[in-house]
Amino acid sequence: MLAPLSWLLEYVELPDAPARDIAERLTAAGLQVERVERIGEGIEGVVVAKVIAFEELEGFKKPIRWVTLADGTGERQVICGATNFAAGDVVAYARPPAQLPGGFRIDAREAYGRVSDGMICSGRELGLSDDHTGILVLDPALQLGSDVVEALALREDVLDISINPDRGYALSMRGIARELATAYGVAFRDPGAVAPPPPGRGYPVTIEDPEGCDRYVAVSLEELNPSVASPGWMQRRLALAGMRPISLMVDVTNYVMLEVGQPLHAFDLEKVNGPIAVRRARGGEKLRTLDGTNRELDPRDLVIADDSGAIALAGVMGGEHTEITDATRHVLLEAAHFEPTSIAYTSRRHRLGSEASRRFERGVDDALPRVAAELVVSILVDLGAAQRTHRSTDIDNRSLTPTIELDPAHPGRIAGIDYPYETISSRLTDVGCSVRERSGAFDVTPPSWRPDLRIPEDLVEEVIRLEGYSNLPSTLPRATSGAGLTREQRLRRVLGRTLAGAGYTEVLCSPFVDAASAERLQLEPGDGRVPSVRIANPVSDAEPFLRATLLPGLFSALVRNVGRGLSDVALFEVGPVFRSPSRVPAPVLVAGKRPLDAELLALDAALPDQPGRVAVVIAGMREQSGWWGGGRAVSWADAVEAARTLARAVGAEIVVSADHHAPFHPGRCAALAVGGELLGHAGELHPRAIEAFGLPPRTSAMEISLDVLIGAAAGVTAAPTVSSYPAATVDIAVTVDTAVPAAALEAALRAGAGPLLEAIRLFDVYVGEQVGSGRKSMAYALRLRAADRTLTVDEVTAVRDAAVAEAATRVGAELRS
Amino acid sequence: MSGPNDSYDPKEVAALSDDALSGAVDAGAAAFAAAADLDALAEAHTAHLGARSPIALARRELGALPPQARADAGRRVNEALAALTAAYDERHVALERDRDERVLIEETVDVTLPWDRAPAGGRHPLTLIQERVADVFIAMGWEVAEGPEVEAAWFNFDALNIPPAHPARETQDTLWLDPPEAGVLLRTQTSPVQIRALLERGAPCYIAVPGRVYRQEALDATHSAVFHQLEGLAVDEGLTMGDLRGTLDALARAMFGPEARTRLRPDHYPFTEPSADVDLECWVCHGTSTEPGAEPCRTCRSEGWVEWGGSGMVHPVVLASAGIDPQRYTGFAFGMGLERTLMSRHDMSDIRDLVEGDVRVTAAMGREA
Repeated sequence: MLAPLSWLLEYVELPDAPARDIAERLTAAGLQVERVERIGEGIEGVVVAKVIAFEELEGFKKPIRWVTLADGTGERQVICGATNFAAGDVVAYARPPAQLPGGFRIDAREAYGRVSDGMICSGRELGLSDDHTGILVLDPALQLGSDVVEALALREDVLDISINPDRGYALSMRGIARELATAYGVAFRDPGAVAPPPPGRGYPVTIEDPEGCDRYVAVSLEELNPSVASPGWMQRRLALAGMRPISLMVDVTNYVMLEVGQPLHAFDLEKVNGPIAVRRARGGEKLRTLDGTNRELDPRDLVIADDSGAIALAGVMGGEHTEITDATRHVLLEAAHFEPTSIAYTSRRHRLGSEASRRFERGVDDALPRVAAELVVSILVDLGAAQRTHRSTDIDNRSLTPTIELDPAHPGRIAGIDYPYETISSRLTDVGCSVRERSGAFDVTPPSWRPDLRIPEDLVEEVIRLEGYSNLPSTLPRATSGAGLTREQRLRRVLGRTLAGAGYTEVLCSPFVDAASAERLQLEPGDGRVPSVRIANPVSDAEPFLRATLLPGLFSALVRNVGRGLSDVALFEVGPVFRSPSRVPAPVLVAGKRPLDAELLALDAALPDQPGRVAVVIAGMREQSGWWGGGRAVSWADAVEAARTLARAVGAEIVVSADHHAPFHPGRCAALAVGGELLGHAGELHPRAIEAFGLPPRTSAMEISLDVLIGAAAGVTAAPTVSSYPAATVDIAVTVDTAVPAAALEAALRAGAGPLLEAIRLFDVYVGEQVGSGRKSMAYALRLRAADRTLTVDEVTAVRDAAVAEAATRVGAELRS
Repeated sequence: MSGPNDSYDPKEVAALSDDALSGAVDAGAAAFAAAADLDALAEAHTAHLGARSPIALARRELGALPPQARADAGRRVNEALAALTAAYDERHVALERDRDERVLIEETVDVTLPWDRAPAGGRHPLTLIQERVADVFIAMGWEVAEGPEVEAAWFNFDALNIPPAHPARETQDTLWLDPPEAGVLLRTQTSPVQIRALLERGAPCYIAVPGRVYRQEALDATHSAVFHQLEGLAVDEGLTMGDLRGTLDALARAMFGPEARTRLRPDHYPFTEPSADVDLECWVCHGTSTEPGAEPCRTCRSEGWVEWGGSGMVHPVVLASAGIDPQRYTGFAFGMGLERTLMSRHDMSDIRDLVEGDVRVTAAMGREA
């Protein structure tokens, strides 16, 4: 909302307040001043001058005049490309050295073969209007040589205020001026305080939908004088407020709307057929609105209709057929009050916002229709454009404004400071409420322009905001003692830190995916990771689904990093995936009432599954080569190790087994389990997936369930007994069939070694002639220790033999000689 | 080792003979002198002065001598031991000096050689800031609550007093799951967690809710359809707007330093009454850029304040929706964009850097203590 300060000050007795201070006070009161536009600033050396004569220069593509001016000091000659003036006209002359808004310097310079001693200015060059079709022709009564900024009163501060949706009244000079007066504690003159004459027998109107429209004022204005144009002061104010002057009737209705906030509409009376009806649109009804669009009306749209059908979208926009034109002699002026929600829906349904709908949506003072109509009539009468009329209709079905009971302690209780009774009562009066004190309570009746004041808390806000949010104390509440982070929250931190410590970089990927991502991942239909939770209005039509696995997002991030020249990349993400959309809709429940437990369950049942996942993707070199020696490329083992590292960090133990699982390489895919439950998978990606996503060769990945991992995380463990007796080490090298997994062999050795085994480590794997085809040699180092004695050589040998024996039994291991 | 023996002359015990003792001294001195470095000297020490060295064995023989013989033998053994020790010490000092002056110099390496063998990881700056704010609230005795990102419209809108006709529900603002009639959406704010937390915990309730939210936005330098918010909610008996202000001040100081100041400005939110916007005093110019003629400030556009978030006293309808008696309890709530907080704090101009997953962003911003 653009509010010229001089307009506001017409209603507020506030001499000499700087615009900046006004902006701060309004902002503090809740009318946020985004900026102050300083119109007319930066104009220097532009004076009033008279055109003495001019010569038309020939030989140029456009008409060029060589103009002789009198500027009070003598004669000056300038080049001018405009033709909308004659000798004797008074113009705005930029006399060198002059300056125009935006820092443009005007000096004498050569143009069209002559030296132009400055220039004649257009309205736009002075920041006065958008008009650039010709130069500005001024009032001939102005003193030659006087500064145009002063002569035309060009300087103006315009406040650009962002109006909150609950403050419809502030979409008017009246509303803003009232806040301004309150902010400075000075008197306010209400431009709406006019006494309209009583309605007579005006144009016939019926309200068929009293819910959509509770007030309709129609005034017939006949025999308008078409020769009267809108006066310059009105055009200027409209322009400063951001509206384009159009015609007298439109300008006056816009002016009154800006002044008091009541949207108005003028119909060409001669084009209205029969009585006006305010009703909902009929099925299939059509209307061509003022913007030239043919609109199919919705039965929920409120319309103004005559015998021919809809002639306006109520509160949004008029129809083209009844639009006033230069030829219009008789006007039907509408000033009505419409229900906000209905207007909001219609405006959105038709994607059609207007100055009128913007106001009706936010709530317009329902006492205004007759006042605003009267203001329009008075201006027209004053301008000699219309006769005073008594032909007006006022259908008034307004309901009474309910009274709000306010406990006088309530505002102070909320603010944290005590407000005296008088403060509360005077602040509410400032807002326009009528306040009646009654045995320890206030009965507060909000004014007609504040339909947003409905509950005591609304009044509390008015008191506190006018007393100043900046005067609130700053206190800290004493919170009940908390229990710290939850176990899950702590564990999630551990997981992130662990992966970061292991060289992985966290990314937060877009959760939106396309359906084809399932094919790129080589997923079978029915796999839970096929995207199934669909967005009705996705940000991008190409990605209408929510991710069901973290991998595609990580793959994209990896490809992006590689594309930017970072070839060795290890990424991770922790976050939810979305699966199994619900087939039941959420129940429709009201606000302000706790749902029943069954209803809460039904709400949750309408949601898809949103399990947490952890995933990594890794490509390039895992270890760099350098002066220390060679590097190591990423492999499937790094992906599996990422899972092991995570499990270790939270005290869980992973059991690894070979698996076939998309999108992994069938021979290099590990199923990961904890506590007998499947945790996820890790390994090298299938070449087809690598190709489909454009990943580097041998890219490896891991994805596991956050919930399963956290479920398996260690709780409080008993402290171990640390033996201080010496350890005995023994190496075991066995051969097994190549198909025997290392995990199975190790499990057998552990089982056979028994409780004296403290640690076991595979230190060599050998495949070759020496062990025979189909066999591999696996060499383990075992560390043995007893809690209560030094182990003897015999004991160590016995453990080793038992381990080998168990391995022989379970996986056919043979001791390598 | 020999047993007690009273009948032998001490000189007849071989180990205690003058020859044996002087031999041990000579052999030891020679070995020490021959030791090329400290390791060799340590070995020689073991051989000639260690527990099983000749001189040590000789000392042990002393115990078997009759008292009258012990004094003489003891004196001779001690002399031998002193000579050996002196030889050792002399060599040790020399070798140590040699090590310090020559060997260590020769072992010099270029310690500026890089060791970038293993990759360096890092956590996302948005994760870190979420943990940081969580820690601030945990320290105040609050707890961290979470809720689902795909949410029922009742939690996201109705329970928060956002009426059915509110424009925020429209498809140009909210991402709805298909079909939209099912009333399920991607939460547009962390506020639904207020309702879930109150339903679950009842009052009193002090929770912070960092989390991911969604809006219908095309990605550009300052907008992303996916972003993060921090929500705070306190519901208790007797909570005031002063408490809201103090809590925001505490958060601002924790995030932006002890100089940080906040400002509350009246605004409108359906779920709070009274409502207030939270501005943060510009941490670059501290408001000085608003003075006439001052240097302009890029961070606050010379306004002195930077918009941080929204806040207010919890609307009675919201409390009632969660089964809390608004007559007995009051509460305050606030919410702010974490991307915005982060971008402000780090003077970052393009939100896309946070969503694209370029590891260089994390490398620069994701390793804050």
